[in-house]
Amino acid sequence: MIIQASKQAIKALLANKVRSFLTMLGIIIGVASVIIIISIGAGAQSFILAQIESIGADKIGIFPGKSDDDSMPASLLGIVITTLNYDDYLALSNKKNVPDMLGVIAYSNAAGSVNFASKSYDTSLNGCTHDYISVEGGKLESGRFFTKEEEKNLSRIVVLGHTVKKELFGDNYAIGKRVKIKKHTFEVIGVMGERGKVGLQDFDDKIMLPLKTVQKIISGVNHLGLIRVKFDDKIDVEKVMHDITLTLREQHEIKDQTGKDDDFTIRSAAQAMVMVETITDSLKYFLAAMAALSLIVGGIGIMNIMLVTVTERTREIGLRKALGATRSNIINQFLFETITITIFGGIIGIIVGSFISFLILIVIRALGYSWQFSISIESILIGVVVSTVVGLVFGIYPANKASKLEPVEALRYE
Amino acid sequence: MKELIKVKNLKKEFTNGEVVTQVLHGLSFSINEGEFVSIMGPSGSGKSTLMHILGLLDRPTHGVFMLDDKNVKTLDDDELANLRNAKIGFVFQAFNLLPKTTVLDNVILPLTYSKDKKEMEARAKDVLESVGLGHRIDYYTNQISGGEKQRVAIARALVNQPAIVFADEPTGNLDSKSGVQIMKILQNLNNQGKTIILVTHETYTAEHAKRVILIKDGLIEKDYEVKNRKIATDTEILK
Repeated sequence: MIIQASKQAIKALLANKVRSFLTMLGIIIGVASVIIIISIGAGAQSFILAQIESIGADKIGIFPGKSDDDSMPASLLGIVITTLNYDDYLALSNKKNVPDMLGVIAYSNAAGSVNFASKSYDTSLNGCTHDYISVEGGKLESGRFFTKEEEKNLSRIVVLGHTVKKELFGDNYAIGKRVKIKKHTFEVIGVMGERGKVGLQDFDDKIMLPLKTVQKIISGVNHLGLIRVKFDDKIDVEKVMHDITLTLREQHEIKDQTGKDDDFTIRSAAQAMVMVETITDSLKYFLAAMAALSLIVGGIGIMNIMLVTVTERTREIGLRKALGATRSNIINQFLFETITITIFGGIIGIIVGSFISFLILIVIRALGYSWQFSISIESILIGVVVSTVVGLVFGIYPANKASKLEPVEALRYE
Repeated sequence: MKELIKVKNLKKEFTNGEVVTQVLHGLSFSINEGEFVSIMGPSGSGKSTLMHILGLLDRPTHGVFMLDDKNVKTLDDDELANLRNAKIGFVFQAFNLLPKTTVLDNVILPLTYSKDKKEMEARAKDVLESVGLGHRIDYYTNQISGGEKQRVAIARALVNQPAIVFADEPTGNLDSKSGVQIMKILQNLNNQGKTIILVTHETYTAEHAKRVILIKDGLIEKDYEVKNRKIATDTEILK
């Protein structure tokens, strides 16, 4: 029965190839755009998430000052807040306080220029604790990192990021050379390997100095700008954040446990990922919904053509009724034709959409981004289901109109 | 003989806005199984309207129409459709074959609406053989002659083995040679026991039947046996 009906429908559509194709075009374009948008959306999403993840899904950042959950920490906006200090760093480094902690690093950053011979280069001066590499990752290209002792005794030594070394020394050897920062002389003891940009952070365009050196000699401050805690990522991030919160409240003698008196902000990359995912998801589906609007336009086009078809085939409908077709036979016939148009359109749309998504992938990869090709089962399902529904919705009116024709009137129709 | 069709005081009026046109003014007659009846009349006499009612394509405004002892008035649209499919075969003046479709598929068409969908192709082929078109089954309907088209239409009318075949001016669009062929087929069918109702405005064609019901202005003017019945033969073609 269904095979018979679909054969009949395909035959009827082939009888008018150009018109059938033009009718399908609306659906093809609509479904293709939905596929493309979902594909690009998914690609962009995984791109952004990969960026965030490489900053460290296994790290938690602690900023000075309180901020709302959904806004930027105040300290990132350039406001100087002095509520984090070295003792907090020590407390967080204690496994008794934060059992799942794998490493902690404290930062006190400044900006300035690094000078060597006649060359000068502006970069970020990262005062940090000695465990930089174990927490932040990265590799030394040459030389060594500073030790715990050097970190504390105001040693004037520096580890250069890859870009900084290139700018100042070119291909020459840098270890043992002396550079000037804010009129003080520092000895280069290490150079970091190239790591590239991750998110907003350029690992190559900065230098690392011992924490105390930056605090005392360069900035003249006592507080910390940021503490980062690396944790076992098999552990629930919420639990680690909770441990950190309790530790800092105790450090800062904050009694209130609701958080309203907190003078610090805790953020995790995992948290950011969830936020980004939510945003990009809703953006993706919003755009897909916009594209789906074109399917409605396509559907109206189909309805229009089917109405013309019904008028053109009035005699045929009359004949079929004379031969014993019931109303539902006629409805089925025309509905089947409409759905065949939309399903074929949907399938072609999926193929065209996937192909264009693939072309876009090639272009983006050629531009040097690592972009994933993703045509999800989900978007194919959406394509097929939506086009079938469009066929049903916009086919029912013409089909019903056809079925209501009186056989005598229809046979008389010229 | 079994009474297949019985009408009593059959009336039909058409309403167009406020204008009511009475087409049939009250007809009563009956047709038995196995008869070959011509419904004859000039154009506008109401003969086509009568055929549409008898063929269950239209409903009377007044009066009783019993088909095979069933009062048609009580049937809904779907029951009428099923009855048309099972009991009635139509042959139209303009053939009404589906374009861009093969001869075979045209003949199969009524079977697709039938309850008995077994061996549709074989049954359609059999009927096509019987009207002498066994060699044309895979042709498209635009590739065959007018006479052949009408024979396809007859095959289509017969494929469900209906009780009655209605032929509405079946020779009207044909040359005389093809026309005779069609009449011959209809007469043969009648000889095999099929009830045939022929609608025509030509006395000559009408007198191929055994009985003529002459309609004029919506009333039966004459209902008579044909005395010198025309027999469609190959010699007639030569004339």
